[in-house]
Order: sequence, then C-alpha cells, then structure tokens
Amino acid sequence: MIARVIVTPKPVVNDPQGITVKQGLATLGFSEVSDVRVGKYIEMRLEAGSEHEARERVEAMCKQLLANHVIEDYRFDIETDGHKRR
Amino acid sequence: MKFGVVVFPGTWSDRDCGWVIDQVLGAELQYLWHKDADLKGCDCIILPGGFAYGDYLRTGAIARFAPVMEKIGNFADRGGLVWGICNGFQILCEAGLLPGALLRNASLEFRCQWTNLVVERTDLPFTSQCSEREVIHVPISHGEGNYFADPATLSRLEQRGQVVFRYCDATGHVTNSANPNGSVHNIAGIVNARGNVLGMMPHPERCSEIELGGTDGLKLFRSVAASAMKVLVS
Repeated sequence: MIARVIVTPKPVVNDPQGITVKQGLATLGFSEVSDVRVGKYIEMRLEAGSEHEARERVEAMCKQLLANHVIEDYRFDIETDGHKRR
Repeated sequence: MKFGVVVFPGTWSDRDCGWVIDQVLGAELQYLWHKDADLKGCDCIILPGGFAYGDYLRTGAIARFAPVMEKIGNFADRGGLVWGICNGFQILCEAGLLPGALLRNASLEFRCQWTNLVVERTDLPFTSQCSEREVIHVPISHGEGNYFADPATLSRLEQRGQVVFRYCDATGHVTNSANPNGSVHNIAGIVNARGNVLGMMPHPERCSEIELGGTDGLKLFRSVAASAMKVLVS
C-alpha cells in the first residue's frame, strides 16, 4: 500500500513562506491567488493487513512524528491495488 | 557542580558550551553522547545549539527520540536542571518538556545578530545572578526561532510567569522592532511550570568572555553553579 501524507501549517499559524510565495506569484501576474500555505508531502510504501489497519498505523505515525500537533495539521490518502481513498 | 553537554550528530555549540563551563566558569564538564543511556551524575544538562540529526522533518523532531532524551525526560521529572539553547530549545518543545513550537523566522532569513533581552524571572536557578528586569546583551543565530503557542497556552505561560526572557530595546522596552524573528509576545526564552527546564533561542555561551564582545551570558552559567552551591548548603 502507499500512504500519501500532507502536512500543512495550522490556519492560526502565520506562514511566512506562504506569504512570500503569494507575493512572488503576484509579481509574476498571478494576482488571482488570495492565499498560499506551504506544507510538506510525505509518501510511504507500507505493508498492512487491511486498509483499516494501514489507516490506523499512518494516523499513529502522523501523531507521533510526521506532524507537530502544536503547529501543523495533516491529512492522508491510502492507495490499495490502485484504489485511492481519503 | 557537574554540567552535562549533550552531543547529537549535527550539534555545533557543544564545544562553545564546554569551553565556558570548563575554562571560564571552572566547573566540571561531561559530554554526553546522544546514544548514552546514563547521565553520568550530571547536575545540569545542557542541550546546545546546532542542527541535531540535520533537523530533518522539523527542528528537533528526530533528536527527541535519541536514547539520551528518555533519561533527560526522567531527570527533568525528578526536578533536575535541563537547559536548552537554540536547537536545544527546539528539541525540548518537540519532546513536550516545554510547551509551544519554534517556526521559521517571520523574515524567512537566518538571523545572526546581537539582541537585548529583558530578564523577567530572577528567582530561577538559571537567572539568580541577574538583577530584576535587567537587560542583557546576548547574540542569536537561528533560522527557526519564531516562538509560537496557541492563545490558551500563551495566556497560561504569561499568567504563571513562565516567560523568562523577552526581546527588547536597549532600554528594556519590549517593542516590535526589537523582535528579530516574529516570536509571539517577543518571547526569547521560557521555563516549565516547575522552573527546572529552561529553553531559550539566544546563545549565552557565545557571550561569556570579554573577547567575544560581552559577558552577560556568563551570568546564567554562574547562576546555575550558584544554585548547586545553595543545594549543598541547605
């Protein structure tokens, strides 16, 4: 199975990277962009007996290491046999 | 008084701390390797600056799983003195020994400069040699020193007087222009509720000799040494 984890700064956390990227886009003429948040993408290949089990394990990984709950939110997809589920 | 200085792969301020302890303060020094499972009888553990484990994923995120960190957590629980400087502060937050987190500087720039800090607590083992609301001159050197805590945590910190150092101007006024990294409430250093775990972004070990431009940092090292004397006497 493949887990694709996305970690983003919490809405209450100021994201200076996002602000700077937004300014860069505006300079290039992409003035329609009103907000940018820069996060992380983590892709993992893992063994699991079921999608449910994989989901529980990835949830635990996010809580214990992949995201810092003080400043970051996370979400992930699990891909099993070519089927992607949120 | 025996100071333990923890060395992770990627730590860079260990020798600076060691020099101050051993050569300037004249106290006993013990380096502790990140794989050590024993604190070797140290009375105060310093987590120095640097980029432990390359700061991969997040600053301090991997370092907190080092074998030595479990012992340091137990040591802190028993009331032992733990002092995180720069990367050490980031590690203490990741380990949950201090609340909050350190974000990328608001300017997105690595800042290496002198700062003024107002000392808001002088009843701690780390600051007893400072005078009430003294302004000390200490350099910073970091890209991720922007202290953040959610509003509830922040008000708890303020109510309990856990903010030890705040960035200020030369006269002790806490202003926006004196804030080098965007930290909430100009926070430069905090202590846990019990007062035995201190985290700070500025580097006192880099201003403990007149040759380096200032000696205010030495006051903190002297405070810790004096606190050990007090324990021996009482």
